[in-house]
Amino acid sequence: MIDFDEVTFHYPDATRPALRDVRLHLPEGELCLVAGRTGVGKSTLLGAVNGLVPRFTGGRLAGRVTVAGQSTEERPPQEFASLVGVVGQDPLAGFVTDTVEEELAYAMEQLAVPPEVMRKRVEETLDLLGIAELRHRALRTLSGGQQQRVAIGSVFTTHPQVLVLDEPTSALDPTAAEEVLAAVLRLVHDLGTTVVIAEHRMERVLQYADRLLYLPGDGTVRDGAPRELLPEMEVAPPVVELGRVAGWSPPPLSVRDARRHAPALRRRLAERPPPPPAARPAAPAALAARGVSVAYGRKVAVREVDLDLFGGEVTALMGRNGAGKSSLLWALQGSGPRRAGTLSVAGEDPGEREPAEARELVGLVPQSAADLLYLQTVAAECAQADAESSAAPGRCRALLERMAPGVEDAAHPRDLSEGQRLALVLAIQLTCQPRVLLLDEPTRGLDYDAKRAFGALVRELTADGDRTVMIATHDVEFVAATADRVVVLAEGDLVADGPTAEVVCSSPSFAPQVAKVLRPEPWLTVDQVRGALNGTGVVS
Amino acid sequence: MTATVPGVRRGTGPLPRALHPGAWWLWALCLAVVASRTTNPLLLACLIAVAGLVVARRRGDAPWALSFRMYLVFGAVIVVVRVLFRIVFGGGGGETVLVTLPEIPLPDVAAGIRLLGPVAAEEVLGGAYDGLRLAAMVICVGAANALANPKRLLKTLPGALHEIGTSVVVALSVAPQLVESVGRVRRARRLRGGVGKGRRAVRGILIPVLEDALSRSLALAAAMSSRGYGRTGAVAGGRRALVGTLVIGGLLGVCAGLYGLLDGSAPAALGLPLLLGGLAVAVAGLAAGGRRVRRTGYRPDRWRGAELLTVGSGLAAALVMHLATEIDPTDIYPSLTPLSWPEVSALPLAAILLGLLPGYLTPPPPSSEVPA
Repeated sequence: MIDFDEVTFHYPDATRPALRDVRLHLPEGELCLVAGRTGVGKSTLLGAVNGLVPRFTGGRLAGRVTVAGQSTEERPPQEFASLVGVVGQDPLAGFVTDTVEEELAYAMEQLAVPPEVMRKRVEETLDLLGIAELRHRALRTLSGGQQQRVAIGSVFTTHPQVLVLDEPTSALDPTAAEEVLAAVLRLVHDLGTTVVIAEHRMERVLQYADRLLYLPGDGTVRDGAPRELLPEMEVAPPVVELGRVAGWSPPPLSVRDARRHAPALRRRLAERPPPPPAARPAAPAALAARGVSVAYGRKVAVREVDLDLFGGEVTALMGRNGAGKSSLLWALQGSGPRRAGTLSVAGEDPGEREPAEARELVGLVPQSAADLLYLQTVAAECAQADAESSAAPGRCRALLERMAPGVEDAAHPRDLSEGQRLALVLAIQLTCQPRVLLLDEPTRGLDYDAKRAFGALVRELTADGDRTVMIATHDVEFVAATADRVVVLAEGDLVADGPTAEVVCSSPSFAPQVAKVLRPEPWLTVDQVRGALNGTGVVS
Repeated sequence: MTATVPGVRRGTGPLPRALHPGAWWLWALCLAVVASRTTNPLLLACLIAVAGLVVARRRGDAPWALSFRMYLVFGAVIVVVRVLFRIVFGGGGGETVLVTLPEIPLPDVAAGIRLLGPVAAEEVLGGAYDGLRLAAMVICVGAANALANPKRLLKTLPGALHEIGTSVVVALSVAPQLVESVGRVRRARRLRGGVGKGRRAVRGILIPVLEDALSRSLALAAAMSSRGYGRTGAVAGGRRALVGTLVIGGLLGVCAGLYGLLDGSAPAALGLPLLLGGLAVAVAGLAAGGRRVRRTGYRPDRWRGAELLTVGSGLAAALVMHLATEIDPTDIYPSLTPLSWPEVSALPLAAILLGLLPGYLTPPPPSSEVPA
């Protein structure tokens, strides 16, 4: 269906090729998972399928890409609309119209599909993706998972033979991600659509993939069945890591696979209980919130939340998309709206302080962290941060060096990798040394390694027992590895608050893979299991 | 013989459906022409009532349908402002002085302008009539806006104008995004120690917003072309220029013609003939351009009986009003000197009531609510 014939691609002014000698043949009806670290060229590979690379990005493409016999060299991306459906990372950015039904019809209108056929296909697509009840809704009012399904539907109505999805679930909560994947699977199983999907959170997709395309980082693409390729990959989801640690062969791809091996592992772990959660220091709370409510007009985003954050503790804030997590963080920082309630950080209410003083009490890294950056170089941003915080010159730069070694002074902040940019924003916010640090969805766009490094960094920040960190996130694996405590919001209410193991293991959607495999024992991460096995000396 | 099944209620009247937006717009523009032809407050009030009634009976429950109230308020503001201006800048005055306000003396340079001073009934009434006429026209446009989805109207644009229509739709959705983006970045600026001053603060907001907007539009452009937007095929350059000239020339003609029609004092040649001529040229251009563009519309609105009736009632109203001005203009422009109570004669009233027909004879709009 899709053929890459000796494809090499250079971005303009790049010395190294983004893709090198790629030779691929993807047969019809397969679900292909594209994996690799950030910045290895996953998006480039996806873009090349319908010719957006190089026609939109510029650069030089040698070799030939063909879809169903049509070469991207001869025809522009417009002509591929009936063959290849492309959904980008942010569905909202790709919407042209403003209601669900019109969006579904848009591509067909462009292709001059007769009105009767169009009507029929819209109805079919609404059913296929389970969005029939949303048909008249405005696109902006939909939740993330719904938007993603509409975006898939909107390219699917032209009945393309190939569907290309770039990070379709990375911004979604676990339940919404499952809905989207279920919809994609239905297209693969029932209609024989070939799907090429890039996803950082491999644990969500790997079990469904027929084929794995692994980009090791040198521009080449390794192609094979997941089980064959997994042993040599440096990125792997927790369930695969668990299989490696426990010595299972073949490596399990899904929780279900792994559970068949679980009884034996549980027995081996029986004498070694997981480490108990760290005891909370007796010190008073670093941040105390009482009855905090946030409302926009008549919509209540956060309802009377009581919350204490303690020094030395990492707290994860979880909940569905739209549950009020961001509103709560902004209210706790003091610069967001707060309808009612009191806040106390070291005896002061950051909401009543000037912004410059509030940020010395509570630092916040917002969801779109790049909003904080506006200067041309990393050095200028760091100098500006020192000036803003009236800190000694060089403090911000030193923090950055500790968190992300080797970032060049002259680099433009937009050119940094996701992980480096996050470190820069974090360094800027830490320059004034707030005792409370709030992070909104920091791990979005980070690969497994970057996430692990970021987790270690967060632990380090709280290591002295003085600072407290709260992270709003959907990433259950990150929470399992990093957080001491989990707080769950639902429709603005605080519905759960407790040690990580207690909260996530009891919830089907928030449980990490290791906990699902070893249920009912409260194991959370591969590292815990590895430690326990090494300790008993039974590692195989 | 038809047997009525007991317990099954048979609905009466036509099946609910949304009318072609173009029909509502033409109807409303005809009513606006009627409004422009009279200053009689009774007739104008009647016209506003007619527009309001049709809106109340035939609008859907979509957000844009609620905008009619806003236009009514806007109309009221127009009348009030007109009257206030007449009072403040006294002007010529009249015989019947209602109240004398203290006059503010102005330097000689401003001779001919009077601030405050005596307020004459003729002035106030003149302002009110004028304002009411303008308000009625605005309210007619508001009625069209409430009855027809403006975006659906754009969708009915002929093929050659499709690209422009899409650009307008995209631009309309970009504006709120930009506002949102500015809000987000401003909040983010506060996180870095606040507001800042002068150019620096502007830069701190502008750069992230622009970068955001730019990357968003690139993403949108990529998404649109991978979905087939701009799939024009090869059209020769010369032909494109011809189509462009025809369309723009024609539309200019239409504008001038409309102006002639609305302004009663303009020479007759500027009115209908120019309008029709311009229309013909524009249509020819659009047809020439549209033939090369292959595209279809989803759930296209069709011209059926009800649409024709709607447009017909509007045209009839305008025509009868035109006749009425020819026959006897006295009641249509009530006299201010001497002051007289405005009267209404049968013909103009009939013209306005013709505009009411679509409110009763067209199918009702469908409800978006799901029946329980």
